[in-house]
Amino acid sequence: MTDGVRSYYGHPVIKEPTWTWEIPCYFFTGGLAGASAVLSTASKLFGNEKLSRVALYVGATADAVSPGLLISDLGRPERFHHMLRVFKVTSPMNVGSWVLLVSGGASSTQALLELLGVLKPVKIAAEVASTVFGPPLATYTGVLIADTAVPVWHEARRELPWLFGASAAASAGAAACVFLDPADAGPARRLAIGGVAAEGGLMRAMELRLGEVGEVYQYGAAGSFARAAKGLAGAGAALLALRGRRSRAAAVVGGALVCAGELCLRWSVYKAGIQSARDPKYTVQPQRERASRNGGSKATTLPAARTGSAG
Amino acid sequence: MSSGIAEWADEAKTRVGFFTDTSVCIGCKACEVACKEWNLIPQDGQDFLARSYDNTGELNGETWRHVAFIEQEKPLHTNGDGTTGLRWLMESDVCKHCTHAACLDVCPTGSLFRTEFGTVVVQEDICNGCGYCVPACPFGVLDKRHLPATTDKPPLFLGKKEDGRVWKCTLCYDRLRGGHEPACAKACPTKSIQFGPLDELRERADARLEKLQDEGWNGAQLYLRDPDDGIGGGGAFFLLLDDPEVYGLPPDPVVTTSHLGAMWTNMAAAAAVFAVGIAGTFLWGSHD
Repeated sequence: MTDGVRSYYGHPVIKEPTWTWEIPCYFFTGGLAGASAVLSTASKLFGNEKLSRVALYVGATADAVSPGLLISDLGRPERFHHMLRVFKVTSPMNVGSWVLLVSGGASSTQALLELLGVLKPVKIAAEVASTVFGPPLATYTGVLIADTAVPVWHEARRELPWLFGASAAASAGAAACVFLDPADAGPARRLAIGGVAAEGGLMRAMELRLGEVGEVYQYGAAGSFARAAKGLAGAGAALLALRGRRSRAAAVVGGALVCAGELCLRWSVYKAGIQSARDPKYTVQPQRERASRNGGSKATTLPAARTGSAG
Repeated sequence: MSSGIAEWADEAKTRVGFFTDTSVCIGCKACEVACKEWNLIPQDGQDFLARSYDNTGELNGETWRHVAFIEQEKPLHTNGDGTTGLRWLMESDVCKHCTHAACLDVCPTGSLFRTEFGTVVVQEDICNGCGYCVPACPFGVLDKRHLPATTDKPPLFLGKKEDGRVWKCTLCYDRLRGGHEPACAKACPTKSIQFGPLDELRERADARLEKLQDEGWNGAQLYLRDPDDGIGGGGAFFLLLDDPEVYGLPPDPVVTTSHLGAMWTNMAAAAAVFAVGIAGTFLWGSHD
């Protein structure tokens, strides 16, 4: 377009999400819960009981907080159970509600039985369930936001589940580092460092693919949170890598920094969605280009049957 | 993707919709008023927006018909003498009742459903205000109602002061069931809003477009008439006199769930790598 992107008085074409602060926080706690469940089971299988127990309690806590955040965001919180009156694969939020129900229910059962030291067969069944549903819990939120008309989310649909998965893994490793003697925290430390590294690469890949709309990660609240995420998680990972093996204090600070960075990352993605919904150019321009590539506007200027070119 | 009218089997009725012909709209806003009156939509403030005669601004939870006003320095006809006067475009916008409706697909409670008339309606006794449909709609039609709740008795636990649910055009589901046309179409004094069986409306729109093009109307085009577009065609479609984005409409909307299969597959791959990656931290560098 030579006359720039046209719009109706600069008014947004789509509505920005109505989700409030609870949702980006849930992206963090849900990811932490899902990754911790897998970390706990992996630790047990590899004979690291201490790490397994810490990851179990971290995950169960995050799992317990998550539904509270989600219910608090609802316009009609007292109707939260309506999420479970259907099972619907076309709705990632519905699928996610079921995943959270099973995974969260299983991890709290497991944690409770571990604390009480009773009903071992039930505990093992719960452990299997929380482990199986952990990876989807940590990644489905990427699909949830990508399955919208919000340009910066929908166009990042290939990267978002991977990015959220990497972020979740980093936070689970980092949280375990905070509560564990460095001697037992080797795998958790590597998970935190590896997660942060993977997330950095994925964030870059996402911005490259997004092209022009990716610029929302450069300014406003999304930009601030993105820079904070990079700084905090990077510093935390560096501290864990350099001093985390020997110093308990460094492990605590490094782990906390990585967790703070991962929370900022979720906030950055959340704010980026709002910023990209608010400016009509991000909605109109790619669609206008697509329509032009496909031979003019999708709007029918002449009925196909009348132009004789149908087919 | 969307559950279709066919699911109603024997109870299915002829699919109906709106053809909004903006070339005869006079901007009287009778549709906005009739909609508010019939559907008992609460008032949400009176703002002066300085957008020509538009003071409702957009479709949202409290505005289900919205008349857009665009003032242009463009010739009305392409075959005229080339004089460029003021051209005033008016368009009564409404929920598109998409064939492939993103709001309906993503609704986690089943509150949004496809009626026997092929329209898309929110069941307000089911909606829990999760807000997923709000950013899923490619047209920005649905919105959460933040006005005070109208229920007399708030719940003992977890209650909120605001309505909190999502609202939009029902294509007057109650009137349809009673055999009446929707309130906006009934009130429209120029037949800019035409209601009827969708097939019939499409034929009528094709004939109308051909006439306007023969007469050389500048920019005349049908929007969402094509059943092969990204939303499978609108149950409500339009005759516009400029490109859709000029009216605040997306030029090439695509239902977001058309990519959902690939998104789930991609997530499954991410989840698998995620699990393997976590296990991998126990193998790699296990010397420390």
